[in-house]
Amino acid sequence: MTKHFASTIAAMISQVFILSSQGDHLIYKDFRGEAGSDVVGVFYEKVTALTGDQPPVVMNHGDLHFVHVRQGGLYWVATTTADSSPFTLIEFLNRLAALVKDYCGSLCEKSVQMNFALIYELLDEVVDYGYIQTTSSDVLKNFIQTEAVCSKPFSLFDLSNVGLFGAETQQSKVAPSSAATRPVQSSREQGGKSEIFVDVIERMSVVIGSNGVVMKADVEGEIRVKCFMPSCSEMRIGLNEEFSIGKSQIRGYGAAVRVDECSFHQAVRLDEFSSSRILRLCPSPGEQTVMQYQLSDELPSAPPFRLYPTIERDSGGRLLMYLKLRCDLLPRSAAINVCVTIPVPRGSVSVSQELSSPDQSAELKLQSRAIEWRIPRFPGGTQLSALFKLEAPALGPAPLMEVGPVVLAFELPHLTVTGLQIRFLRLSPVQPGPSQRWIRYVTHSDSYVIRV
Amino acid sequence: MPYLGSEDTVRELRRHLSNPNVQSDPLRYRSSILKVIRAMSQGVDVAGLFSEMVKACATVDIVQKKLVYVFLCSYATLNPELSLLVINTLRKDCQDPNPMVRSLALRNMVNLRLPSLAEYVEQPLSAGLRDRAACVRRVAVLGWAKLHNLQPASEIDAAVVNELYGLLRDPDPVVMVNCLRALEEILKEEGGMAINKPITHHLLNRLGQLDVWGQCEVLRVLQRYRPQSESELFDILSLLDASLVSPHPPVMAATLSLFLVLCPDLPAVSFAALERVRGPLLAACGSASRETRFTALCHIQLLLRSLPGLMGAHYKRFFCGYAEPAYIKQRKMQVLVELVNDDNVAMLLDELRGYCTDVNADTAQAAISAIGRIGRSYSDQCLQILTGLLGLQQEHITSAVVQTMRDLVWVCPQCSDTVCSALEGCEETLQDSQGRQALLWLLAVHGERVRSAPYTLEGFIDGVRGEASPGVKMELLTTTMRLFVCRPAETQDMLGRLLHHCIEEETDMCVRDQALLYYRLLRCGMEETRRVLGGRRSEPSLGVLIGRPAEPISQWASSFNTLEPLKQGAGETETTGRASPQHVTFDLDSDLSDTLNSGAGGFSFSPAGVQAPPLTLSLSPALSPEEFERLWTQRRAPPAEEGAEELDYVCLEERIRCPAVPHCSPQSLQAAMQLVNIQTLAFTAAHASPWRVYLYTHAQQAARSALILGQLLYAGEDEDEDEAGLSEGPSPRGREEEVKVTLKQRPRDEKALQGFLSILTAVLHTLPFNTH
Repeated sequence: MTKHFASTIAAMISQVFILSSQGDHLIYKDFRGEAGSDVVGVFYEKVTALTGDQPPVVMNHGDLHFVHVRQGGLYWVATTTADSSPFTLIEFLNRLAALVKDYCGSLCEKSVQMNFALIYELLDEVVDYGYIQTTSSDVLKNFIQTEAVCSKPFSLFDLSNVGLFGAETQQSKVAPSSAATRPVQSSREQGGKSEIFVDVIERMSVVIGSNGVVMKADVEGEIRVKCFMPSCSEMRIGLNEEFSIGKSQIRGYGAAVRVDECSFHQAVRLDEFSSSRILRLCPSPGEQTVMQYQLSDELPSAPPFRLYPTIERDSGGRLLMYLKLRCDLLPRSAAINVCVTIPVPRGSVSVSQELSSPDQSAELKLQSRAIEWRIPRFPGGTQLSALFKLEAPALGPAPLMEVGPVVLAFELPHLTVTGLQIRFLRLSPVQPGPSQRWIRYVTHSDSYVIRV
Repeated sequence: MPYLGSEDTVRELRRHLSNPNVQSDPLRYRSSILKVIRAMSQGVDVAGLFSEMVKACATVDIVQKKLVYVFLCSYATLNPELSLLVINTLRKDCQDPNPMVRSLALRNMVNLRLPSLAEYVEQPLSAGLRDRAACVRRVAVLGWAKLHNLQPASEIDAAVVNELYGLLRDPDPVVMVNCLRALEEILKEEGGMAINKPITHHLLNRLGQLDVWGQCEVLRVLQRYRPQSESELFDILSLLDASLVSPHPPVMAATLSLFLVLCPDLPAVSFAALERVRGPLLAACGSASRETRFTALCHIQLLLRSLPGLMGAHYKRFFCGYAEPAYIKQRKMQVLVELVNDDNVAMLLDELRGYCTDVNADTAQAAISAIGRIGRSYSDQCLQILTGLLGLQQEHITSAVVQTMRDLVWVCPQCSDTVCSALEGCEETLQDSQGRQALLWLLAVHGERVRSAPYTLEGFIDGVRGEASPGVKMELLTTTMRLFVCRPAETQDMLGRLLHHCIEEETDMCVRDQALLYYRLLRCGMEETRRVLGGRRSEPSLGVLIGRPAEPISQWASSFNTLEPLKQGAGETETTGRASPQHVTFDLDSDLSDTLNSGAGGFSFSPAGVQAPPLTLSLSPALSPEEFERLWTQRRAPPAEEGAEELDYVCLEERIRCPAVPHCSPQSLQAAMQLVNIQTLAFTAAHASPWRVYLYTHAQQAARSALILGQLLYAGEDEDEDEAGLSEGPSPRGREEEVKVTLKQRPRDEKALQGFLSILTAVLHTLPFNTH
C-alpha cells in the first residue's frame, strides 16, 4: 500500500500586510514572529519585477511564501512558512478585503489609510496566531469598537447622484449609488435608517465568430445582499417561479428561467426553494453573496450586440473601417458606458472618425494599439455606425489580419440576461420605523468578443 | 503639516503623550496614540515611546487599549524589562467582568512573546480555559500553543494537553477548532494530536456547525486518520460527499485532498471524486477574483494529468477573456491544448488564432506555441494557421512561429515539406536570437530542401561581425557545416569565411572552440564529417506525439491544495527539455543510440526487429473505405479452403497483450498509427464491446510492395468463455487484456508481414492508458 501522508502543517498565516500600488506600507501585522517586517519591501520588489508571463499570485523568499490578491488597487498579502492551501489563503484575503470594504465603506488607499486603527482591530479579531478565527460580520460586529472614518460626509439625500450606475431612468425608486458605499456600522447612528440592498449581478462572456455565429456564451451570476439593518431576523427572497436548474429540465415555455448550476451561501435555508423558489436567510450586516449560478453555452435571448464591419484599404494606403453596431436589447432597455475596442494594425499613426452622434467619442490608443469607441448610452433596437479612417504609413503586408477581434465592454442596467428576477423581498419581523428595500439588476460584460 | 524626520516625529509624539492635559482628555489622548500607530505602520521606528505607551495601557477605553496593545506587541521583545510593567495591568484585566476585556488581555499577554513572562501567564491561561465566555476560551486555547512555542524546550504539561483534548467537546465550534490547532502545535514532536476513531467521528459529526475555515482545518487534520474497515471508510466518504461539491473552493479542495489520501487503493473512488469536483472547480474558474481563477486553473491542470478527458466537453470555459491578465491566459491555453479532440479542434484553433495577434507579446507567443502543440496531432490545420501568421511579418510573431515550427518538425517529420516552403524569406523579419537560432536549426536539418538556404546563410555570415549572441554564432557554424555536407558547391566559400572569422577574430571561447573543432573535423575528410554530422532529424520516440500517458493520481495527490501547483512555471506542461530539438549528432549504428532509445522510455521502430533490407510503410496509394470493405469481405473465407490463392495472399491472426488499447481515445490511436504510416479507417466508440479498428498500409521491402489490411478486435470479457477452448496459451486473466489482430496481406510476403506485426505491436504498447 502506498502511504502518502499529507503534510500536516496547518494553514497558518505568518503575516498580513496591505500595500498601496506605489508600495507604501499601509497595514502590517505579524502573527507568529517568524519573519521580520523587512519582507514587505522584498515583496514589493518581487512583485514589481515580474514579467508579464510570470504568475504573480504565489512568490517565494527563502522559506517564506507570499500569497497576494489585488483589490481596490491595493496589494493584500499573506505570508506563510507552511505549504498551506492556496484556496484558503486567497479566499481569506478576498474576504478580508470585503470586510474592510464593509467596515470602511469603500476600498481604496485613502479609506484604508484613514481607517488603519479599525483594520488593525479587525485583523486582531479575524486572525489569532495565524489561524483564521471568524470572518462573519455577525460575530465581528460585537467586537469592533472603532468607528469608521469616511472620506466625505455621507448623505443619503445627495440627489446629485441620480440613478444607479449612472443611468438615467424613469423608475421612481432608484437607489442612490453612494448608498452602497457606506460603512456598515454607521447604521447605528443613522437613527434607525435601515436599508437592505439585493443586487442581482450577472457577468457575461460571449464570443461571436466572424460569420455571426455565437461560439461561446457563458453567464456567471450572483445575488448579493447588502444589509444595513440593525435587526433583521429573517428575510425571504422570492425568485421567478419558473426558475429551473440543470440541463434536463423540459423547456419551451417562454417565461422559464434556466441556469446550469447554482450554489447557495451556507446560511441560506432552502426548505421553500424546491416548492416555490424562495430563499430564506438571516442577513448579516455588510455584504454577502447569497447565491451564485452559471449558465453556459446558451443565452435565453439574442446576444445584445451585433457588429457588421467592412474593412478595406483605400488607394492612399489608408485603412477604412466602416462599423455598424446593432443593439438587440428590447427597445425600453439600454446599454450604458459602452466601449468598443478595435485592435488596429501595427504602424497605425492616427485616426479620423465619423460618428453618428456628438456624445460618442473615439480615439486611437497607441499604447494598446486599438481604437476605443465610447458610447455613453445605446438604446435597444437601434443601430449606430462609425467610419474610421486609419492613417498608417508603414502598414504590414496583411493589415486586415491584424484588425480585430473587436471587444465590447458595457453595462446593462435593470436587466439580467438569464431573466432571473426577484418576485418579492419580505423581512420579518416587520421592521419598526422607516426601512427601505432596494432590488437592483445589472449585467456586465466580462468579455464580449466579436471576431471580424 | 511640515515634514518631520523619524526622530522629530518620535520627539513630537512623546511630548504629546506625556502632556498631562492630553492625558486627561480621552479623545486627545486616543488621537495621539493613533498617531503613534500610524507612524508605526508606515515604518517609522517608534520603539522609543515604549514607556509612554505602557502608561497609556491603563485605561477603561477599549479602543485605546486595543491600539496600545498593537504597539506593545510589536515592540515588547525590544524592552523586556519595561514589559513587566504591563503584565500587572493585563492580569487585572483578566479578572474584568467584561468578557471582551478578558479575552483582549489574555490574547495580548501571550502576544508580547516574552519567555520571561511565562510564569505570570500560565495561571490566567488555565483560568481562561474554564471561562464562561467562549471568546475567552478561544483565546486561551491558542494561548497555550503560543506559550509552548515560546519555550520549545520546556516539557509538555500533560494536564493542559488533557484539558485541551477535553475541550474538543466544547459547545463553541471555534474553541473546538482552536483546540485542534493548539494540540497540533504542542504535540508537533510526536507527530501531532491523536486522531483515533472517536475523535474522528466526533469531528465529522460537528463538521456542519463549522464555518469554512473550521471545516478546512478539520478536513486537513483528518488526513492522518486511517479507517479501520472498508465500511467505515465508505461511511466517512458518504458523509463528506456534500463538502466535495461545496460552493466554497477551500472546502471543496480540502475535501478532495482528504478523499485522495483516504483511498489511494481505490482508484475508482478517487476518479469518481475528481468527476464530482469538476463542477465546483469550473465555477471557481469563472470566479470574479482573478487569483481564485488562477488557483482553480492550476489545480485543474493537476487533475487533467490523471483524467485527460475530464474537461473535454467544457473546453469553452477555458477561452480567454479579453481583459484577463497574461498569466491567466497562458494557463488557460495550456489547459486548452490538453482538451483538444476531433470534435472541438476547429473551434479551438479558431479561438487560439485570435490570441496570436494579442497586443501582449507573451500572450501571442504562448498562443502560437499552443497551436504548435496541437499541431502534433492535427498538423495540417495548425500549419495552415502558422504559415498564415508568417504573412503578418511581425517580428515577435514570426520568431514564435519559427520556433514553434522547429519544435513541431522535430516530433512530426511529415510536416517538414510545408515548413520548408514557409521558411523562405522570413529571415528578414526575425530579430531576436531565439527566433534566428530556430531558423538556423531548421536550415541545418532540412537545408537541402529549402531552395534559398545558402543565400539565407550568406546573409547571416556577412553579418556575423555584428552578431552579439554566441548562441546564434554556434548555431550558424553547425548549420553551415551541415549544409556544406549536402550542398558543398554552394556553401564551400562561405564556410571558409565563417571558419576563418570564428577562429581568427572571435572572442567568445565557446564559439572559437567549436569552429576549431569543425575545422579539424573537415581535415579528417568528407566521409568522416558526414558520419559525425549526420544526426537524426526527428525525435524517435512517440511519447511527445501522443502526449503523456495518464498518470496515476498518487503522482500529484500530495501537491493538491498546496502552493506547489501555483508556483510551477508556464513551461511545466511543455516538457521543453524533450520537445525542443537540439543537434543530436551521433551514429545510429553505435550502442549509444540504443541506450538513448531505451533511456528515453519511448519507442523506436527503426532498429532491432527489422533487419536489412529495411521495411518501410507507406500510405499511398490511398484506399477508400469502400475499397477496403470490398477487399476485406472478399477475403473473408478461411485461407485453408482457397488453396489456389495461397501464394497470392496471406491471412494471419495474432493476439497482442495490450491493456491500453480499448481504453485509449481514437485520436491518440490514430496519431500513433499515422506516425508509422498506418492508416486507420474505422473505429467503434471507445468502451464499446466488441471494440474494433480497421486499418491498412502498404509495406515495401526490397522493392516489393504489399497491401496489408488489418483488424484489431477486443471482445471484452464476454467472449472469453467461447474461445477458451480454442487456444490454451494464455490464462483467462491475461486474455481480458488481449487484442486480437487479424491481418491480410496481398501479395504474400511473410517477412514483411512479421515486420509489420512487430511495428504494430510496438505502437500499441506506446499508447497511453486512458479511462475515457
